[in-house]
Amino acid sequence: MQLLINGALHDVDVSAEMPLLWVLRDVLGMTGTKFGCGMSLCGACTVHLDGRPIRSCTTPVSAATGKAITTIEGLDAEGDHPVQRAWQELNVPQCGYCQSGQLMSAAALLETTPHPTDADIDAAMEGNICRCGTYVRIRKAIKRAADIKAGGGR
Amino acid sequence: MPLAPLLRREGLAKLSGREQYVDDLDIPGALHGITVRSTSARGTIRNIRFDPEIDWSSFVIVDHRDVPGLNTVKLIETDQPALAATEVRHIHEPVVLLAHPSRRALRKAVRAITIEVDPLPSVLDFTVRPTPEQIQHGSDNIYKQITITKGDARSILADAPIIVEGVYRTGAQEHVYLEPQGMIAEEVDGVIIIRGSMQCPYYVHTAVCHALGREADQVRIIQTPTGGAFGGKEEFPSGVAIHAALLALKAGRPVRLVYDRTEDLAATTKRHPSWTRHRTAVASDGQLLAQEITFLLDGGAYMTLSPVVLSRGMIHAAGPYHCEHISIDGRAVLSNTVPFGAFRGFGAPQSLFAVERHMDRIALRLGLDPVTVRQRNLLADGQTTATGQVVADGVDRQGLLNRALSLSDYAAKRETHRQFNIDTPDRRRGIGLTTFFHGAGFTGSGEVYLDSKVAVAGLPDGTIEVRTASTEMGQGTTTIFTQLASDRLGLPPEAVAIAQPDTAVVPNSGPTVASRTAMIVGRLVQEACDDLRRQLSLDATDRGNDVAEAIRAWHRTHPNGLLLGQGHYRPPPGIEWDEGTYRGEAYGAYGWAAYVAEVEVDLRTYGTTVLDFVAVQDVGTVLNTTLARGQVQGGVAQGIGWTLMEECQWEDGAMTNNQLTNYIIPTSSDIPPIRVAFQETPYPHGAEGAKGLGELPMDGPAPAIANAIAAATGAEAAVLPLTPERLMADLDR
Repeated sequence: MQLLINGALHDVDVSAEMPLLWVLRDVLGMTGTKFGCGMSLCGACTVHLDGRPIRSCTTPVSAATGKAITTIEGLDAEGDHPVQRAWQELNVPQCGYCQSGQLMSAAALLETTPHPTDADIDAAMEGNICRCGTYVRIRKAIKRAADIKAGGGR
Repeated sequence: MPLAPLLRREGLAKLSGREQYVDDLDIPGALHGITVRSTSARGTIRNIRFDPEIDWSSFVIVDHRDVPGLNTVKLIETDQPALAATEVRHIHEPVVLLAHPSRRALRKAVRAITIEVDPLPSVLDFTVRPTPEQIQHGSDNIYKQITITKGDARSILADAPIIVEGVYRTGAQEHVYLEPQGMIAEEVDGVIIIRGSMQCPYYVHTAVCHALGREADQVRIIQTPTGGAFGGKEEFPSGVAIHAALLALKAGRPVRLVYDRTEDLAATTKRHPSWTRHRTAVASDGQLLAQEITFLLDGGAYMTLSPVVLSRGMIHAAGPYHCEHISIDGRAVLSNTVPFGAFRGFGAPQSLFAVERHMDRIALRLGLDPVTVRQRNLLADGQTTATGQVVADGVDRQGLLNRALSLSDYAAKRETHRQFNIDTPDRRRGIGLTTFFHGAGFTGSGEVYLDSKVAVAGLPDGTIEVRTASTEMGQGTTTIFTQLASDRLGLPPEAVAIAQPDTAVVPNSGPTVASRTAMIVGRLVQEACDDLRRQLSLDATDRGNDVAEAIRAWHRTHPNGLLLGQGHYRPPPGIEWDEGTYRGEAYGAYGWAAYVAEVEVDLRTYGTTVLDFVAVQDVGTVLNTTLARGQVQGGVAQGIGWTLMEECQWEDGAMTNNQLTNYIIPTSSDIPPIRVAFQETPYPHGAEGAKGLGELPMDGPAPAIANAIAAATGAEAAVLPLTPERLMADLDR
């Protein structure tokens, strides 16, 4: 089957029910998206399907055909998306393992809610677990990213 | 001069998906591995049955007979087998290993193996004295017993007019590092190479050499970027590495052994459950006259690090207070559950919860403010701890407390809460306080035994490489070491590389545990920089380009030479510790702190919300403010989880809620604003005046929150976690 990932078409020969996460990681070698729990409970595997954040560990690959898949590798070609810039500026990551998922959820939030409140942030982000506890900085960084975006930084 | 600020060095890699954790490595031809585990709590292995429906010839199968060296995961003891041979001691104990090209085939195969066990009596409650049939360690199942004696607490208690008693319990806690345990092993030219997620490459190295029967130079351990650890990757990865190596040797191919989340939650170590009893003689003004403390830890089925966890817990058990008469009796005992192990705080969060909750009950009993009781007893310079260590570090402990009170608006909030609780029928608010300390580095003579070494290599292009076994797991080792070396030699951060911890390359700077890395290993990095400078015949005024040019010139005259500056641990003067009597300088330095939590309890659901949190501490000089604040906020978040929601449920010694659906850890919506402040009293023997930081913030949240809940509701709040169910039962008592 054919998948559109980060703007490029990929032909993959996998079973229809294989989780998208394993297609990305094991078949295509795109390892920026992480396995955390395999049950949609931690958010580490978050990618976008047509711009909406989904958990790739429980999404069968068949549900992703015909849609635009975006992963952390494709969030911005230069790694310069407003969320990535804000995260870097505020030194958000610690161990970093959850951060691909955090960034994907945050980027999707800013598309629908350009100036999120704390409540908007908690609602959009509470499915993304960070055991290092970077939540306080993530909240700040989302607001900073909103400013960067509003200031024309895309 | 403060160090120049520096952003996390590997930050961009972590924000672009480029950081390669162990399961991200592309190892051509690697098989997947999986562990087959006991389903019995205790018994003799009668038979291992392989379902004939499966074609086993396509699998690599390993059991205890394939262990070429000693069948043990060597740590303090050698009681834990690498693979169970004749008996099992806990559910989920590893018995058989499988490797195969297909993960799916492996998962099916695991279900087709039955480990048949003749059961033996198991121990499932560590607080109950075992029967003779339950004895599995020594004559009494006690892994370690320790007594700390200062003065004569018994005599004082015998005559004391006011005695306050209390029993406190805490539950197990899972680390839930987001990256599960994982190792990849292969043999190349007679050398076993293991890459993986770990805190302590040399612990893994020692354990693999023992179990595989190899010499030190035939085993090479490489730490990959580690997605969280918190103690859970201190001792546990040794077993995973042994398993991966056994499979790789038998397969003749690389093997990738990465745990699934449910397996990781169920089968790995957790924070030790604890039981503590306090009997305290107090004067009517709140002064502590005598403290008698009993401290029990559930060690689980094998010893692992339980004696050391017990030791740290006991040294912290009397709290940061002056008392002339202290008696602490502690035991770590066996149970037939998964072994409990290292977890941030290492016994201190358990014993500090007990003493700090107890301090509030003393205040309640005497009709005093909890602040007053602490002000009256906080250690002052010149006074001694439970082990007789004279405190003389110049830290203003009363000032820390006062700052926490003012930042949290403590006094005013007590008043507004009183009114709120009258006006609001179904909600209660309260504010809670704790003062505490945390010893940094290994206990007693531990740092001397570790004999840590660090090297700084001058490279032909004039840059340097810092070589230590200290690992980056999110806490910031890479960034801190860069700052320290850059500052010491005047080189820009880009001219400082931090070597990947690889036992073939880096000297043994000790394990990355015990809040020791910045304080102790950081200091050795500085000394190695100084040694490099000496070897180049430079003096302290030579910095930056002078250093880089001298390194390049050295290499021109020493082609292919190795230019290494070295640092080697020497204890600060005046450190005396008697392991036999538990007297003396337990730690080279202590972090001190005062934390305040404000909570709201919903009396309809019994759910607790933390509204506000203030964390004030003195951890010496702060080397990197953002990283330090991150450590505090992260520790507080884990502490909130341990206090309010994280509960392992057990059946026959096995964790039954081993999924993130029902083992609940804090998310963004559970974390209040966490206001962090530092008071900086430099520690002369730490890097740039730094003391340990990483574990301290795990100690304070539980007592602060429990005290706040008690203030809000009148609950005993003596058992963690304070889940809605437990709080309801507490208030209905």
